[in-house]
Amino acid sequence: MDWEALIVSYLLGFVLLNILLVLMAYMTWFERRLVAFFQDRIGPNRTGPFGLLQPIADGVKLISKEDIVPANADRLIFLVAPLLSFVLAPLGALVVPFGDSITLFGRQINLYVIDINVATLYFLAVGSMGVYGIILGGYASGNRYSLLGALRSTAQVISYELVLGLSLVGIFILTGSLSLVEILRAQQRTLILGGLELPNWFILSQPLAFVLFLIAAVAETNRAPFDLPEAETELIAGYFTEYSGFRFSFYFLAEYINMIVVSLIAATLFLGGIDGPFIDGIWWLVAKAFIFLFFYVWLRATLPRFRYDQLMGLAWKVLLPLALINIGVTGLVRLWGIGAL
Amino acid sequence: MIDFTQATPVLLSEERQITETRRELVLNMGPQHPSTHGVLRVRLTLEGETVIACDPVIGYLHRGVEKLGESHRYAQIVPWTDRTDYVAAPSNNLGYVLAVEKLCGIEAPERAQYWRMIMAELARIASHLVWLGTHALDIGALSVSLYTFRDRELILDIFEKFCGARLTTNMMEIGGFSREIPPELPGMVRDFCRYFPKAIREYEDLLTENPIWLARTKGVGIVEPEVAINYSLTGACLRGSGVNYDVRKAMPYLLYDRIDFEVPLGTHGDVYDRYLVRVEEMRQSVRIIEQCLDQVPADGPLMAYESNYVIPPHETVMTTAEDMQRHFIWVIKGFSPPKGEVYHAVEHSKGELGYYIVSDGSPIPYRMRIRSPDFVNLQSLPYMAQGAMLADVVALIGTIDIVLGSVDR
Repeated sequence: MDWEALIVSYLLGFVLLNILLVLMAYMTWFERRLVAFFQDRIGPNRTGPFGLLQPIADGVKLISKEDIVPANADRLIFLVAPLLSFVLAPLGALVVPFGDSITLFGRQINLYVIDINVATLYFLAVGSMGVYGIILGGYASGNRYSLLGALRSTAQVISYELVLGLSLVGIFILTGSLSLVEILRAQQRTLILGGLELPNWFILSQPLAFVLFLIAAVAETNRAPFDLPEAETELIAGYFTEYSGFRFSFYFLAEYINMIVVSLIAATLFLGGIDGPFIDGIWWLVAKAFIFLFFYVWLRATLPRFRYDQLMGLAWKVLLPLALINIGVTGLVRLWGIGAL
Repeated sequence: MIDFTQATPVLLSEERQITETRRELVLNMGPQHPSTHGVLRVRLTLEGETVIACDPVIGYLHRGVEKLGESHRYAQIVPWTDRTDYVAAPSNNLGYVLAVEKLCGIEAPERAQYWRMIMAELARIASHLVWLGTHALDIGALSVSLYTFRDRELILDIFEKFCGARLTTNMMEIGGFSREIPPELPGMVRDFCRYFPKAIREYEDLLTENPIWLARTKGVGIVEPEVAINYSLTGACLRGSGVNYDVRKAMPYLLYDRIDFEVPLGTHGDVYDRYLVRVEEMRQSVRIIEQCLDQVPADGPLMAYESNYVIPPHETVMTTAEDMQRHFIWVIKGFSPPKGEVYHAVEHSKGELGYYIVSDGSPIPYRMRIRSPDFVNLQSLPYMAQGAMLADVVALIGTIDIVLGSVDR
C-alpha cells in the first residue's frame, strides 16, 4: 500500500474540512449581511470590522449554552443524531477537484482528495444519508413538531434526491463517466456552436438539467422556498425544535456545509469548475460556487414557502417528467451523433 | 346591501369521532408559537398534514378591559381602549369617544372630525401593514415584513409628532382633541401620502403575481358570502367574500359622507381575495387622507366647548371662575352622561368595532361592551380550516387578521 499517498490524501482532507468549517461560519455572516441588504437593513456589523467576528461570537455563545435533553426524548438517539448530520455533510466535498496537480517537495500532488469512478453517485449517496440525522433527531425529540418536520424532510429528500440524480444522467451520457475529474476534463474542451468558440460547460449543452439540478439542490439542502422541514412559522423549528446549545449548531453547521458542498458540486458539474478564462484555477471554482451561494440567499429573501403537497407535486409531476425527457433527448442526440456534443 | 334578515345558522359538519382506525395526531399550536400572532392557542387534530379539526382557544391575554370600564370614569377609559387592538390604537379611541359623544349628544368641531378621520385612516394603514408583513412572513416571504415595518415607522413618527406616543397613543378625547395640531404635521402626512403608493407597489411586486404566493393563497380558506354573513364577519373577511358592507358607507360617522372613496370587494372569498381587498383598502385610505387634508380648515377649535361633558380649555380655566370650577369637578368627579344606552360602530381596520355603553347617570359606565371585530372573525377559523393542510392554518390565522389584545380584551 502506498502510505505516502494515503497520508497526503488524509492531510488534504483535513485541510479541506477546516476550510469548509471556516467557510461555513462566514457563510452565516454572508447570508445575514446579504439578507439584511435585501431587506433594507444593515445586518450584524458590531462584532469586529463589518461584523466579521460575528460567527466566532455566535460559536462561543452556542458552545457555552446548556445542552438540554427533553425528559421524554430517546436519549441516545437524540444525542447522536446531530453528529450524524454533521459528519456526513462535508463528505461530499472530498470528490470535488480543486485543480490539476501541483508539485510540492518534489512530489506530484493531485488537488483532490479522492478520485473515485463513482464520485457523483457517492455525492448523492452521502447527501441522502444526511437525512438520517434529521429523521432520527426529529423522532427522538419526543416533540410533535419535530416529528412532523422529520416526516416532511424524509419525503422531501427522497423525492428530490430522485430528481437530483436523474438530472445528472444527461451529463453521464455525454461524458461516459461518473467521476468528477473526468467530467471536469470533458468540460475543459471547447464547444463550437454556430461559429462561436465556447467552453464546453454543461450548462450550455444541458440547460434543462442545470435548472432541474438547481431546484432539486435547493430542496435537498432544505433551503427556502423548500425549507418545509424547519418551516419556522408552521413547525417552530421543525426537527431541531428541541435542540439547544452546540447540538443545535451541529444541524446548523450541517445545513450550511451542505449548501457549500452542493454549490461546489454544481459549479464543477455545470459551470466547468476550475475552468475559466485566462488562468484555470481554484479561484474560478470559488467564484462560481459563490454565485450559487448568492442565489441561495437571494431565494430566501424573495420567495414565500411552498406547501407540503405542492412541494411533492412539483417534484413528481413537473421535475421528474422533465428530467426523464432530458435523459431521452440527450440519449437520442448522443445516439445519432448530432453536433459536437 | 344584503338582506341580513334572511341569514340562517351555519351547520358545521357533525362532531368528528376519533375512531380506532383513524391515526390522528393532536397538535397544540400555541399559545407560544411564532405565527399565532400573540397568544392564540389552536388545538389541531391532524391526519398526516391534513387538518380534520381545529379548535381555537382564547383568553391568554384577557385583561378584563370591559370590566375595567365599569370602575373607571368615562374619560379614564380612553387609554384602556388603546390596549385592546394595540396596532391601531387611534381607531379604538375613535370608536369609544364617538360612542360616549353619542350618549352625551355632543359633537366634535369640524376640524377635529377631519383630523380624527386622518388619524383613523393612518391607523388603518399601520394595522394593515402589520397584517401584511406578518401574513407574508407566515407564508414564508421574509422580506415583505421588513418593508412593511419600515413604512409603518413613518406613520408611527406622525403619531409621535402629534401626541408623543407611538403605539398606545391615547390620542382622542371626548369632545375632540385636547392638543393643538403641530404645524409640521400636515406636511408630514402629505409626504407620507406621496410616498406610500410606491411602497404598496413594492409589496405587490413581491407578492401579487408570485406563483408560490398564488399557490399558497388562492382557493385556500374559502368563505361563501352567506356563510360570512352567518358568522357575522366584518371588515376584509366579509368584503373578501364579496359582501358590500363597510360601516363608513353603511352608517357614515364623522364626515365620511363628504369623502369620495371606494370599498374594494373580493369575488372568491379566499385568502388571496382578502389580501387584495386589504391592499386596495390601503390605497383608498391614502385617498381619504388626501381629501381630508384638502378639506380640513386650517384653524378653528379642536375641542367642543360643551359645559356639561367636556373638559374646559386651558386658557379659560386659568382666567374664569366658572371654567375653573367646571375643570375641578370634571377632573375630581368626572362628568355624568344622561341615563340610557348607546351603541356606536366604526370601521376599524379589522372590521366593525362597536362600543356598547349603558349609563345609569353616574360618572362611571354601568356596563361597557366592546364588539371587537377580530374576536367575531376568529370564530370562522374552524370553518375555513376544515380539510386544509397544516401550513394553511398559519395562512388562515394570518388572513383573519387577529390581535390577541382585541380578541381577549
